[in-house]
Amino acid sequence: MVSPHEKLVLEMRGITKRFPGVVANADVDFTLKKGEIHTLLGENGAGKSTLMKILYGLYQADEGEIYVHGEKREINEPNDALSLGIGMVHQHFMLIPQFSVVENLVLGTEPKRGGVFLDMAAAVRQVEDVSREYGLAIDPHAKVMNISVGMQQRVEILKALLRGAEILVLDEPTAVLTPQEVGELFTIMRNLTEMGKSIIFISHKLKEVMEISDRVTVIRRGRIIGSVTTAETNVNDLARMMVGRDVELVVSKEPAKPGPEMFRITDLHVQDDRHLPALSGVSLSVRAGEILGIAGVDGNGQNELAEAITGMRKATSGQIVLNGKDITNLSSRRVFESKVVHIPADRHRHGLVLEFSIAENMVLRTYYAPPFSNKTVLDWEVIKQEARELIEEYDVRTPNEDVLASSLSGGNQQKVIVARELAQEPELIVAAQPTRGLDVGAIEFVHTRLIEARDAQKAVLLFSLELDEILALADRIAVMYEGRIVGIVDREEATEEKLGLMMAGVSDDRTSAVAGGGEL
Amino acid sequence: MTKNNKWWSGIAVPLAAILVGLVIGGVLMFITGNNPFAGYGALLSGSFGSGIDFSETLVYVNPLIFAGLSIAVAYRAGLFNIGAEGQIIVGMLASAFVGYQFAGLPRLLHLPLTLGAGMLAGALWASVPGYLKAKFGVHEVVNSIMMNYIALHLSHYLVTGPLQDPNTTLPYSPDIAQNARLWRFLSGIGSEYRVNTGIFIAILAAFVVYWLLYKTTIGYEIRAVGFNADASRYAGMNTSRAMATAMLISGALAGLAGAVQVMGIQYKFLDIFAFEGWGFDGIAVALVAKNNPIGILGSAFLFGVLHRGSQTMQALAGVPKETIGIVQALIIFIVAAEGLVKGWIPGLDKIKALFNRGKEADV
Repeated sequence: MVSPHEKLVLEMRGITKRFPGVVANADVDFTLKKGEIHTLLGENGAGKSTLMKILYGLYQADEGEIYVHGEKREINEPNDALSLGIGMVHQHFMLIPQFSVVENLVLGTEPKRGGVFLDMAAAVRQVEDVSREYGLAIDPHAKVMNISVGMQQRVEILKALLRGAEILVLDEPTAVLTPQEVGELFTIMRNLTEMGKSIIFISHKLKEVMEISDRVTVIRRGRIIGSVTTAETNVNDLARMMVGRDVELVVSKEPAKPGPEMFRITDLHVQDDRHLPALSGVSLSVRAGEILGIAGVDGNGQNELAEAITGMRKATSGQIVLNGKDITNLSSRRVFESKVVHIPADRHRHGLVLEFSIAENMVLRTYYAPPFSNKTVLDWEVIKQEARELIEEYDVRTPNEDVLASSLSGGNQQKVIVARELAQEPELIVAAQPTRGLDVGAIEFVHTRLIEARDAQKAVLLFSLELDEILALADRIAVMYEGRIVGIVDREEATEEKLGLMMAGVSDDRTSAVAGGGEL
Repeated sequence: MTKNNKWWSGIAVPLAAILVGLVIGGVLMFITGNNPFAGYGALLSGSFGSGIDFSETLVYVNPLIFAGLSIAVAYRAGLFNIGAEGQIIVGMLASAFVGYQFAGLPRLLHLPLTLGAGMLAGALWASVPGYLKAKFGVHEVVNSIMMNYIALHLSHYLVTGPLQDPNTTLPYSPDIAQNARLWRFLSGIGSEYRVNTGIFIAILAAFVVYWLLYKTTIGYEIRAVGFNADASRYAGMNTSRAMATAMLISGALAGLAGAVQVMGIQYKFLDIFAFEGWGFDGIAVALVAKNNPIGILGSAFLFGVLHRGSQTMQALAGVPKETIGIVQALIIFIVAAEGLVKGWIPGLDKIKALFNRGKEADV
C-alpha cells in the first residue's frame, strides 16, 4: 500500500468505532509518512483518543483496516502495536515514581542473568546506548519521583524507543510543560524525525501545531474534516476546521479600568498536607476591575494559595482581606458568603458532584438557604427554575436540568461551575485552571465571562499553568516559585521569555519586576 | 424524561438479575434431579399458600426492610455500616427494658417510648464508629464490626444478669407490658398470625427515608458527601457532620428493626447465641435495591419470600433449601457486578441508549 510519491509507514482506512449512542469514529482515514510529524487536531471528544487507542490496540475498530509499512495488520492489544513498532506516550505518564529511570525503562523487558537475576549493569548499558543514539540525555539512576516533568516525559519517549518504536504517538505532550521544556521537546521531536522516526502529535494548541507539524489532520465529531500541510494553512483556518465556525482566538478586551484596591494578601504562610511550608510569605493585591494572573510551573504553591483564599486550607500566619474585612481562616462557607467564589482546578474532584443532576449541582453552594430551601426542606421547583435560567444564560448544552453532570462534555461541565459561581454576584473570583482540558469554543466562553466579570468591576485572580492564557487575560501577572511570588509585572512588560525565567525561579531584575505591582 | 430514564436503568438490572438467578436456580434443580416447576411451586406455596404462610413471610420481611434502609442511608453518605447487626441487638435490649420497666404507662405513651428507646440505642451504638470516622477518619467498617461483638456479648451479660427475668433461670428478660406491644392485626383469625403493625412502620420508614434523602437539605448533604466528599467540602459543606448524621440515622433505623422485633414478635429479649444475620442480609437487600428506599421494600420482600419459601421447598419438593441460597448469591453477584454483566442482558443497552439519546446529543 505505497502511495505513488511518498512512503507511508501507517495507513488507517475507513475506521469506524461505535459506542452505545455515539459514533466515536466514522469512516476515518489517516496516514503517516516516514519521517514526518503529523498532528491529529480536534476538540475534546472529537475522537482523537479513540482513533489512537484503536491504533495502539486498546480498542478494536468495528470497521476499517490498518496497514503498517504497507501490510494489513490486526492490532488486538498494545503488545501487537509494540511489536509492529508503534509506541505511545500517554498524557498521564505510566511510570513508577519510586523506581529509578533505568528500572522504569526496562520494566517488562528486563535483561536477566541466568534467567532469574536482574542484570542491572546490562540494563544501564542498554539505556545509555539508546540515550546516546537519540541524543536524549538522562541520568539512569535518578528516581523518577525526583526528576522534572519534562525529564519524566523524556523517560516515556525513551521507553518507547527502547521497545523499538518507529512510529511514536505523543498524546498532548505539551500540556504539562513550561515553555522552555516545550522548546526542548520540539527539538527532540525534530531530531527523531531526522533519524527516520515518524510522529503522530495530538494537540489542540494551535500555535504549537503550526510550529511543529508537517501536516495536520482535523477531526470533528468523529469525522475527518480534512488534511492540510502546515505550510498551506494558518491558525484561523485550523480553528475553523476544528470548531466548525469562526472562533475568536484572541480575546477581545478593553483596557482595564481598575478601581480601588479590593483584595489584599499580606505575608501569607501556609503548610501543605505534609506540614511542610507551601507558601512562605506571599503578598499581593487585586484592584476592582482587574485580573491578576498567577503564573508558575505546577506545584509551586498555586493550589495552596487558592485553597487558603477560599477557606479550604488554614494559614499559619498572614492576613487575607477583602473589602476591608478580614477573611483569613474563615470556613469555606463563610468565605463564600463574603462574596468570594471559586472555580477549582480539578472540576471532577472539586467542582462537581458528577452523579448529581445539573440542577443539584447548580445549588451545591446555596441549597441550605432560601429561596432554595427553608433550611430543612428543599424547594425543588425553585431549584429547577434557577437551573433552567442558568442553563439558558450560560449556554449549557443539555436537553434539560435533570441530566447528570457526568454525561455532559467537559466544556459544558465547566459552564455549570462557572454559572454556579458567577451567579452569586461575587466580589472576588478565584479561577484556577478554568480552561484546562477544554476545547477552543469552551475556552472562548470562559475567557469572555472572566473579562465580563472584570469589566463589571470585580476582582479576578486567575491561576493558570498556560502562559498563553495568562498573557491573554491578565492585566498584571504574578509568578510563583517555591511558595513565593518571584515578581509581579504589568501585562505590557511581560514576555514569554521573561515569565519563563521567573517561573524557573530567576528574578532577573527584581526592582523592575516589582515595579508593575508598585502599589504593593 | 430523565426521571423515566433513572427509573428504568435503576430497575432493569435488578429485575434481570432476579430472572437470571431464578432460571439458573431452576437449572440447578433440574440437574440435581428435581422438577424446577415443582420446586418453585413449593416455594410460592410456602410463602403465599395460606394466610399463615403469608403472615410469616411478612414477619421475616419486616426487620429486613429496616436493616436495608439502615445500610442504604449510611451508604448514601459513602459509609458502609456493617454494624447494623449490633445496632439491632442494642435496639432489642433497650426496647425490652423500657417495655417491661415502665409497665403501667398508657399505650399512647409507652408504645412510642419503647420504639424510641430502640432507635436511640441503635443511634448511640452507631455514633461510636460515626464519631470516630468524622473526627479522626478511622474506617467505620472495623469499628462497627467490633461494636457488633461488644453488643453481642453485652447482651449475654445483661440477659443473664441485670435484665434477666427474676422468675426464671433461663436467659431472657421479663415480658414487655401489653401497652408496649404492637398490634397483631390478624390475630382475630388465629393466634398464630404474628404479622403486626411493625410492617406498616417499616413501609412508612421507607417513605420517610426517601423524603429525607431527596427532599431535605440534610439528605442532599448526605448524598453529595457520599458521591464526592471533596467537592462537597469545596462547596462549603461540613462533610464530617453529614457523615455522622447519616450514621446516626442508619443506627436509629437498625435499632428500630430490633425494637419492632421485640414489640411485635418476641415480647421480650431472648438471648442470642450468634448473630441473627438481619444486619448482614440488610446489606444484600440494600444492594439489590441499589440503595433506593422504595426499592428496598421490594427487595426485602423478595428476600423474605425466598427465605420463607426455601423451607417449604425442601419439605414439599425435596429441593435442598441451599438452592435458594445460591439463587440469592447469584442475584447479589449480578447486581454487584452491574458494570461487568451489563452486556449480557439483551436489549438493556438499547433501552438505555433510547433514554440516553437526548443526553448524549452534545457529545
